[in-house]
Amino acid sequence: MTVTEPVPAVIVPNFNDDETGRKLAIICSKGTLDMAYPGLVLANAALGEGVETHLFFTFWGFDIITKSRMHDLKFTMLGNTATHMPQGMGGLPGMTAMTTHMMKKQIAAVGVPEVPEFLEQIVASGGHLWACRMSADMMHLDESDLYEAVEGIISAADFIEKTDGAQLLFI
Amino acid sequence: MATTTIGGRAVHVDPEGFLTEYGEWDDDLARQLAAQIGIELTDAHWKAIHFLREDYRTQGETATIRRVTTLAGIPTKELFTLFPKKPAKKMAYIAGLPKPHGCV
Repeated sequence: MTVTEPVPAVIVPNFNDDETGRKLAIICSKGTLDMAYPGLVLANAALGEGVETHLFFTFWGFDIITKSRMHDLKFTMLGNTATHMPQGMGGLPGMTAMTTHMMKKQIAAVGVPEVPEFLEQIVASGGHLWACRMSADMMHLDESDLYEAVEGIISAADFIEKTDGAQLLFI
Repeated sequence: MATTTIGGRAVHVDPEGFLTEYGEWDDDLARQLAAQIGIELTDAHWKAIHFLREDYRTQGETATIRRVTTLAGIPTKELFTLFPKKPAKKMAYIAGLPKPHGCV
């Protein structure tokens, strides 16, 4: 009996180019340095995978896109037991400045950009930035106070509408 | 280790199809790999591909989009145009390198 070896198909990665419609919505509600990064890293990763990505900045997360504050997010030990340091130390003068400096150094060491540059990369990758209407009103801020690439100040309902069918992350 | 035939040549690949042997790659193979995923290589593509090859040779890992943008000076937006939707993985594939492992 003759056995015919099947001709192996060419192995080519499946980049799922035909797959459409995957969307990701990320709500950034925190304004500390350590809580700004998770949303930005995940947005960047999703964009690199061809996923349509929208970020909504609300409450303390507004600092991430506020021009006067985005360069100056801070990291504090206070209330953060994951530093495994005595909580009392966190309240000492200069401690927040020091921990912020240390965290920025660690972030830079792994080749990750500072917040404004990271937003720039996200926008260049096709990401959409939205500011929360209620937060803008509460803080008396308008478009002129926000990072230029923010597409608009919109209501929560507008954001929900824009991200119809999206997977959602609240940070 | 699996092998597959690209442009009449047997090459070693991982289960997804990314080349596993740095030395099996050349420009001609890159054109064939690119054609497999519907990309025709222009000078702009080559600039990115050759940067990736050279960077891998010295660093031992595949450059991320950010690294290509900052070190090779190719804007992120352009990378998304040259290698639509998934630039990091597509560049790596054409350059005959593993997928990048870096998060950013």
